[in-house]
Amino acid sequence: MHVTVKLFAHFRDGRFKEEQREYPEGADCRHVLATLGLGDRELGILMVNNRHARLEHPLTHGDTLSLFPLVGGG
Amino acid sequence: MDRIIRVNLAELTSRIEDVPPEWAGLGGRALTSTIISQEVDPGSHPLGPNNKLVFAPGLLSGTSAANSGRLSAGAKSPLTGGIKESNVGGTAAQAFARLRIKALILEGVPPGDQLYGIHINRDGVIIREAQDLAGQGNFQVLESILETQGRRAAVLCIGPAGEMRMTAANISVKDPSGKLRSHGRGGLGAVMGSKRIKVITVDDEGAPGIPYADPEAFKAASRVFTKALMDHPVSGQGLPTFGTNVLVNILHEAGGLPTRNFTYGQFDGHESICGETMHDTIVARKGKPRHGCHAGCVIQCSQVYNDRNNEYLTSGFEYETIWGLGANCCIKDLDDIAQADSVMDDLGIDSIETAVAFGVAMEAGLVPWGDGKEVLRVLREEVGRGTPLGRVVGGGAGSVGRTYGLTRVPVVKNQGIPAYDPRSVKGIGITYCTTPMGADHTSGYTIATNILNVGGHVDPLAKAGQVELSRNLQIATAAVDSTGMCIFIAFPALDIPECLPALIDMINARYGVGLTGDDVTGLGKRVLKLERAFNLAAGLTPAHDRLPEFFRTDPVAPHNATWDFTDEEIDAFWEF
Repeated sequence: MHVTVKLFAHFRDGRFKEEQREYPEGADCRHVLATLGLGDRELGILMVNNRHARLEHPLTHGDTLSLFPLVGGG
Repeated sequence: MDRIIRVNLAELTSRIEDVPPEWAGLGGRALTSTIISQEVDPGSHPLGPNNKLVFAPGLLSGTSAANSGRLSAGAKSPLTGGIKESNVGGTAAQAFARLRIKALILEGVPPGDQLYGIHINRDGVIIREAQDLAGQGNFQVLESILETQGRRAAVLCIGPAGEMRMTAANISVKDPSGKLRSHGRGGLGAVMGSKRIKVITVDDEGAPGIPYADPEAFKAASRVFTKALMDHPVSGQGLPTFGTNVLVNILHEAGGLPTRNFTYGQFDGHESICGETMHDTIVARKGKPRHGCHAGCVIQCSQVYNDRNNEYLTSGFEYETIWGLGANCCIKDLDDIAQADSVMDDLGIDSIETAVAFGVAMEAGLVPWGDGKEVLRVLREEVGRGTPLGRVVGGGAGSVGRTYGLTRVPVVKNQGIPAYDPRSVKGIGITYCTTPMGADHTSGYTIATNILNVGGHVDPLAKAGQVELSRNLQIATAAVDSTGMCIFIAFPALDIPECLPALIDMINARYGVGLTGDDVTGLGKRVLKLERAFNLAAGLTPAHDRLPEFFRTDPVAPHNATWDFTDEEIDAFWEF
C-alpha cells in the first residue's frame, strides 16, 4: 500500500521532507518509524491524516503519516 | 530593603516607599495585578489620569536562576477595557531587582503635551523633559540613550504608536544585544503614551544586589532546575534549534493554523515560512539560530535573522508574528515578514495584534491578500505617520472590523486571537474565552497538551477535558508569571517531576520562607480571581467570555470543526 510520509524538524536531517512510500498491508506506524531508523523515544508527535494517533495505529492505503520529534514553542 | 517607587506625573514628583507587608511575598504579575486591583478604579478610562502603569520584576528576577529575567507590566488595558499583565525579557527586570525596586508605579498625567523621561539609579529618580525624542522610532531612541547614558542602562520606551496612544501600541525593552523585546499585548504603550513618558532608563551601577536567605540551598535548587530545562527535549533541544516558529508545520499538519483571516486551518505556503526553512535561511545567511532575550536564559529560543546580504534584519522573530502575517495574511515571503517585524518593533506596535488587524484589513479589501510590500507601506506610511487609516489599523483587529462592518473579526474582549484556531484546538479556545487578559495564548497554553504531547495528551478536536486543562494551566501560569520565569519553563515543569519543586525551593532559599506546591497553586488562583473581579467591576461580564459567533457557524477545514461549547460549559471554568 502507498503511504505518504512527512518528516519535520531534525527528522528531516539525512532523510527527506515528504515521500510516497510502499508498505505491506496492515503495517502500523511503529513499522514505518523503524524503516526510517527512528526509535520510539525520539518521537514527539505522530499524526495520521491530520489527527493525533498512537504508534500501534494501523495504516491503510492512501494515508498520510506526519512525524515530529518532541519540539514546541509558543 | 525592598522599595516601591511611585512617580506622580501630575506633579512631576517621585517618592520612595516601603513595601507594604501584604505585597512582600508578591512579584511580577501577582504584584502588578494586586496594585492595579487595589489602586485603580475599574471604571476609570485607561488613558486618563486615574489609570496607573506598574512595572514589577518577578520574585526570582535578578538572581542566578536560569530564565528568571522577565518583567511584568500592568494597567487597565485600553484595548480590552480589563486588567492587563504583559511580560517581557530584556535587561530591565534584573536592573530593577538589583536596585531592590519591587515595583515602579506611574500615576496621573502631566499637564500639557510635553514628553518626559524617567531615569532611575541607586540614588533615586530623575524626571527629565524628553521632547527631543518626540516622534522617534524605538531604534533611534535606543541610539540616543546609548550616546547619553552608555551601554549599561536598561531601557523601556515607546515608539510613535505609543505616543499616538494607539491601542495596539506596546512598550519596548532593550535586550542584552541592544535590540528590542516587547511588553506586547493589550496596548500598554498607549497607557505609557497617555502619561507622556517616552522612555524609562534604569542604571543598576552600584546597586545593592540580591540578598539570599540561604545561598547554598539556592545554588543546589538552581542546579536541579537548570538541569531540568536542559534535559527536556522541548526546552533543551527543540526551542534552541528551531525557535518558536517550528509550530507552523505542526499546526498546519494538525489543521489548526489559522489561514486567510481564520477561514481555513491550513496554509499552502507553510513550507516557505516554517521553522525548518527559517533555520536553514538563518544559518545560510550567517545569522544566529540561538539567542536569549535576557541574561541567564538557557533555552535561547530567539534568533538573529539576517537579510539576503547577510546584514542584520530582525531578532526575536516569533511564530506568532510569522503566522500572523504569513498564514493569516497569506504572505509567503519570509523576508517581507521579517522586515515588517522590524518596522513594528521600531513603531512600537504589537506584532500579534497588528498582524491579526492586517488579516481583517485584507478581508475588508484594504490590502490585497499576500501582499507583503503593501503591508510594509501601510505600516510605514499610514501607521507610522498616524493617518486616519493608520490609526484604524493601529487600533487593532477589532477596530478594523468595526470600521469596515465585518463579522469575521477574531477577537475576545477586543484583543486579537493568536495563532491557534480554537475550533480545531479546543482547549486554547477555553483559554481565549476565560483568561482575564482577552484572547491570549500564553495565559493557559493548552497547545502543550492538545498538540505537543507535553504533560500528557488531550484530544484537540474533542470537548472532553479542555476546561480542566485550561484551568490548571491558567492557575499555574499566573503563578509562574509572578516568579519572573519565562513561560517556557512550563514544558519541563509538566514532564520532569524535579522541576517545579526546584523552582519553589529557589523562592524559599531566596526569601527564607517555606512555600509548598499548594501555596504556589493558591497564589495562581488568587491572582486569577482578583483579575476576574477587576474585570467584572469594569463591566466585562461572562457574556464577554465568548468567542465571536463565526467560530460557531463557519466550520474550518480540514476537520470541518466548529466551536461547540455551551455558555454553561465555558462559565464552569471559574468553579475553583
